[in-house]
Amino acid sequence: MSAPAWRTSPARSPRGTGPVSRTVTTALLGLSAVYFLFPLWWLLVSATKPFGEQFSGSGLWFGGFGLFGNIARLTSQDGGIFWRWMANSVLYCGVGALLGTAFSALAGYALAKFDFPGRGAVFGVVLAAVLVPKVLFTLPLYLMFSGVHLINNPLAVLLPSVVSPFGVYLSRVFAAQTIPDEVLEAGRIDGAGEFRIFRAIGVRMMLPALVTIFLFQFVEVWNNYLLPAMVLGDDRLQPVTVGLVGWNASHVAVPPPLVVIGSLVSVVPLVIAFLALQRFWRAGLTAGAVK
Amino acid sequence: MINVAAPADARTGKRPPGIRPPATTRPGAPRPRARRLRPLWFCAPFLALFAAMYVAPIVYAAVSSLFTVHRSGLGLTAPSKVFDPLGNYARALHDGAFTGALGRVALFGVVQVPLMLCLALALALLIDAKSARGKGFFRLAGFLPYAIPGVSAALVWSFMYSSQSSPINRLLAPLGVSVPFFDGHLVLWSVANIVTWSWVGYNMIIIYSALQAIPAEVLEAARMDGASALRVAWSIKVPAIRGALVLTAVFSIIGSAQLFNEPTVLRPVSGGAISSSFTPLMSAQSAVAAGNYPYAAAQSVVLAVLVGVVSFVFLKLTGRGGKA
Repeated sequence: MSAPAWRTSPARSPRGTGPVSRTVTTALLGLSAVYFLFPLWWLLVSATKPFGEQFSGSGLWFGGFGLFGNIARLTSQDGGIFWRWMANSVLYCGVGALLGTAFSALAGYALAKFDFPGRGAVFGVVLAAVLVPKVLFTLPLYLMFSGVHLINNPLAVLLPSVVSPFGVYLSRVFAAQTIPDEVLEAGRIDGAGEFRIFRAIGVRMMLPALVTIFLFQFVEVWNNYLLPAMVLGDDRLQPVTVGLVGWNASHVAVPPPLVVIGSLVSVVPLVIAFLALQRFWRAGLTAGAVK
Repeated sequence: MINVAAPADARTGKRPPGIRPPATTRPGAPRPRARRLRPLWFCAPFLALFAAMYVAPIVYAAVSSLFTVHRSGLGLTAPSKVFDPLGNYARALHDGAFTGALGRVALFGVVQVPLMLCLALALALLIDAKSARGKGFFRLAGFLPYAIPGVSAALVWSFMYSSQSSPINRLLAPLGVSVPFFDGHLVLWSVANIVTWSWVGYNMIIIYSALQAIPAEVLEAARMDGASALRVAWSIKVPAIRGALVLTAVFSIIGSAQLFNEPTVLRPVSGGAISSSFTPLMSAQSAVAAGNYPYAAAQSVVLAVLVGVVSFVFLKLTGRGGKA
């Protein structure tokens, strides 16, 4: 991966880089890497072992290869419900993140580029909401949804997922920085409507920020456990996180090795997305922290 | 509904292209009120859903927490709700399970948050140090756990802790050591370890980004004056990234208060060490499971207010009342 501009610093003097300090630094960092990677390594190794041997041996090195057989067993358990869960997760996260990004882009763009009554108030609400954790809203949401009979309805997961105060904040910051007023003014003189200008110019210029918002939204929805666990009782509607925890809790009915294999399979898409889109999320985190 | 109509509205009522005189768009020219309000339509989808999914549930919960549920002795008739504004709150404050959960989470926050942030700060400083090699790899290794959903992380760690198959205890076996991860006293820290594992890297990246923003001349000047690498880190870098540290601390405090996923996943394998009301959110959820919605609502309100107060006091104490 290439180093972004903000990481490069002017050449510093070589003092303080003696062999001792280098060894100590690397040893400490190495230790931390072992801590971070150990559970994931164990997961990878165990899921590739032949079925039933997941919990035998030290768990540190491969022993036999049964990954494909394991995935076949995973697929056949409970009539293939695991892949249904995966599809549900992708659907909830994809739709939630897509709509959430679109609404965030619209609101953030308007907050950055228009002067209108109530602008300050709207942005104040957004900032306050960024600081309040969504999980605290879950129980009240559940109570409200059961009041309006939305329990066991995918909308009960989708509707809250679409609201992203952090997305609005990020797209406002980004729109203010990257879209020059002159370009918008030129569009207006050409007679384009405001929405058309937003679509043709705004969206294009905000694209990097929109990818970040999409990724963060996607992961946030994927990670949300409490809400779907409460509002979706029907296991054919549940996302993969809720499904796997259900399997884990019923460890007599479903063999524990399946939970190990399912965990690996469910984690792979997110890890790939994170590795592939490193550039974006790192910039997004930086924007949130430093500015 | 509104969300579909809103963007289109920004276009309707517009004169055909080309006919509109450019003069009306000149900055400072008086504009009719309707035109000035038009940008609000851009915010409408977000605002409408925000009101429905953030404001409405809180109001709903606050209102319903003012009623208490009364069941007839035999349970033959439907339970009735009685307006009793303080009933649920009084009950919550005298409910040993709920106050115990609040205390447990407070202890968790007091120990885990500083520990995790120190770890994150140390890692960020190490990666930022000139003597570090393989910065990209270590940064990525630290961040990888963040990409693992909290529930999946807890599942994997539950296998790490499992009394039958714990690979950690297998490694320690030659030393004659075995860690009882689900012991009544230790289980809170087993949970803390999962949370720390998941979030250290995230905080580390934020702190590291802040470190990168320190001007190189400042660091260079300190080194010219003969300051050691440790001295530079402690006296210059740490004060310079105060803002990022406060920000990560506030988010971590809020995070502790919502502790739910990890203990819930560990509960079935914990052999009873994790009760159904281990954390305030779990306690509120068991009130839901018992069908007592108003009591669950009251517990949520108490928790939300406490989180708000603690975050506010923390921001005040660290002298950054505004946005970090």
